[in-house]
Amino acid sequence: MIGFTHYLIFATLLFGIGLFGVLAKRSAVAVLMSVELMLNAVNINFVAISKYIVPNAGVGQLFALFVIVVAAAEVAVGLALIINIFRQKKSVDLHDFNLLKW
Amino acid sequence: MSLQSVLSHTWLIPFLPFLAFALIGLLFHRWPKFSALLSILAIAGSFVLSVMAAFIVFTGPNDAVFEVAARWLDMPGLRVDMGLLVDPLTAVMLVVVTTVALLVQIYSLGYMHGDPGLASYYSFQSLFAGSMLGLVISNNFGQMFVFWELVGICSYLLIGFWFGRDSAKEAAKKAFITNRVGDFGFLLGILFLQIVFGTLNFNELAGQVAGYSNAAVLITISVLLLFGPMGKSAQFPLHVWLPDAMEGPTPVSALIHAATMVAAGVYLLARASFIFSSSAETMTLIAVVGGFTALFAASIALVQNDIKRILAYSTLSQLGYMVMAMGIGAMTAGMFHLMTHAFFKSLLFLGAGSVIHAMADEQNIWKMGNLNKKMPATTWTFVIGALALAGIPPLSGFWSKDEILLGAFAGGHTGLYILGSLVAFMTAFYMFRLIFVAFFGSNHGGEKAHESPAVMTVPLVILAILAVVAGFVNTPLMGNIFGHYISAPNAVHHEPSMSIMIISSLIALAGICLAWLIYQKQVISHEALKERFSAIYQVLYNKFYIDEFYALLIKYCVDGTAKVLEWFDLKVVNGAVNGLAYLTGRSGYGLKYTENGQVQTYAVYMYAGIVVLLISALCAVFTVLA
Repeated sequence: MIGFTHYLIFATLLFGIGLFGVLAKRSAVAVLMSVELMLNAVNINFVAISKYIVPNAGVGQLFALFVIVVAAAEVAVGLALIINIFRQKKSVDLHDFNLLKW
Repeated sequence: MSLQSVLSHTWLIPFLPFLAFALIGLLFHRWPKFSALLSILAIAGSFVLSVMAAFIVFTGPNDAVFEVAARWLDMPGLRVDMGLLVDPLTAVMLVVVTTVALLVQIYSLGYMHGDPGLASYYSFQSLFAGSMLGLVISNNFGQMFVFWELVGICSYLLIGFWFGRDSAKEAAKKAFITNRVGDFGFLLGILFLQIVFGTLNFNELAGQVAGYSNAAVLITISVLLLFGPMGKSAQFPLHVWLPDAMEGPTPVSALIHAATMVAAGVYLLARASFIFSSSAETMTLIAVVGGFTALFAASIALVQNDIKRILAYSTLSQLGYMVMAMGIGAMTAGMFHLMTHAFFKSLLFLGAGSVIHAMADEQNIWKMGNLNKKMPATTWTFVIGALALAGIPPLSGFWSKDEILLGAFAGGHTGLYILGSLVAFMTAFYMFRLIFVAFFGSNHGGEKAHESPAVMTVPLVILAILAVVAGFVNTPLMGNIFGHYISAPNAVHHEPSMSIMIISSLIALAGICLAWLIYQKQVISHEALKERFSAIYQVLYNKFYIDEFYALLIKYCVDGTAKVLEWFDLKVVNGAVNGLAYLTGRSGYGLKYTENGQVQTYAVYMYAGIVVLLISALCAVFTVLA
């Protein structure tokens, strides 16, 4: 039987994968995708907690919907930035973007 | 106008010169002649009022006091009034100040003729006259201190009147700073009085001090107050400014630095005698300071060559005499000497001014000579002044000096009596050294000289008359009217002693004869004397090296402290500020390598930060739970 704990463990793993991607992937697109993974891990937590702790309220589900919408908007902005960066440098490797330093 | 209503108009006495000062300064400074006239008219008005007020006071009962006051400053713990106090002491000072000021201002018409700063000269003179009259008419210490400082600033302005000369500027600064040292102690004394007795009014204080018995407090207050007279009346060790103050125009030296302002200290000793006499220790200190200054300055005057400096040291010496009189409790004698001294010393200074004017600003007595032929009026008035100063009967100086010597002798201060007699001998000697060298000497420096105009000689003659007759007001011939009105509350009246009179006259005559033998007959060569006693001569000629000593003191103590503080400022204060900036800079320089521009590095920092926060939050929760 799959229970609350499984959801939390799953969400944690998913968050960990996303975090690894954000910190370690070189491609800016991959980093953006990893951010989505982290957001989705949070969404799973919202829904799971909503289901198991306050079953009748449905606030978690609603919040997850908000996160999805905001994430979609964020991806749109993020991709637009990446396209613009690509036009400037012919690269999406984050290691090439270190202009703002000492 | 009835005589009594004069007293209620005494506020006009200081007000008229102040008005003249304001009018000249604001409106009429472009018309020097008119400014001079305005100033002289104002002081003449004050003179007339003062004489009327004095007449009323000296014909009334001897304890009559006219006092009015208006609240000027009122706050918790301090109340200062602006008021008038007219009693015999004030009346004498009013008459002396206005008489001398009036004559000096008239004399200045001739002496300062054609000076480009004539209008400002007269405005300063008016300001001085107003301040000095305000000082003597004050009924409390607070108001007195305000005017005390005002006369100080006038002294500064007039010493530095020819500010183009470096020596005049230096002298003005020296006078002001030395006076400030004394005034600081004076102000502390006044504040002490306010704290201890809760009032600054002279009459209220007199009552309270009489019933006060804490000797330590009285000594502290009276010694602090004594600093004021020591600065203003140039008593040792704050005497150094007065000889240098001779850089000012000679009429200024006559008025401020001989007759009136420097007497303010003596006046204060008399006005506040109820405080000083409450402490026997302070009285001894006053007598010793005065006596020492008298002897010290007289010995310096023996060898000076500058006509004004001789008179300046003579003034120091005579002020010491008056202070000594105050110290031995002979207040009547001290005030009496103040009055006669004001007349004959201003006469001597104005005479010296007349000589300097005629000699085209030459002040060295050895470059004068034979002036008696060319300038008879100046010469003979000067001789009268010198005779009065030397104490030859029946001139005024004889009576007042004799009074002091009598007070010292009869009061049991034999040491001070001998010292006073010695000073009298030296005084007669140096004055007649000056006269025999400058006026009757065989040097022919005076050939070109010419007699000064009447506007200068008439004041000389008037002062000469006063120098002759002013002494009679306190002689048995006129029933000691002066002493009847002006005396300390518990003063002992000493009967005049014929032997003391004769001895002091003989001493003065001996001084004159010695000067005559050395400088006129040249029986003893003064050059040989100078050779023989060259060590003493050098010490005296260099004024006991007091100025050099002060210069050293300033060099090592003041400049040394300044150097230490400069080091502290540069190294410690600046060092702390610079060190902080250096630390910030270096740490930034080291930490900048953490900012490598990589967005993922920053993400790691954020994550690490969250982890740290989380762990600490968990720890906190578990600590609370456990």
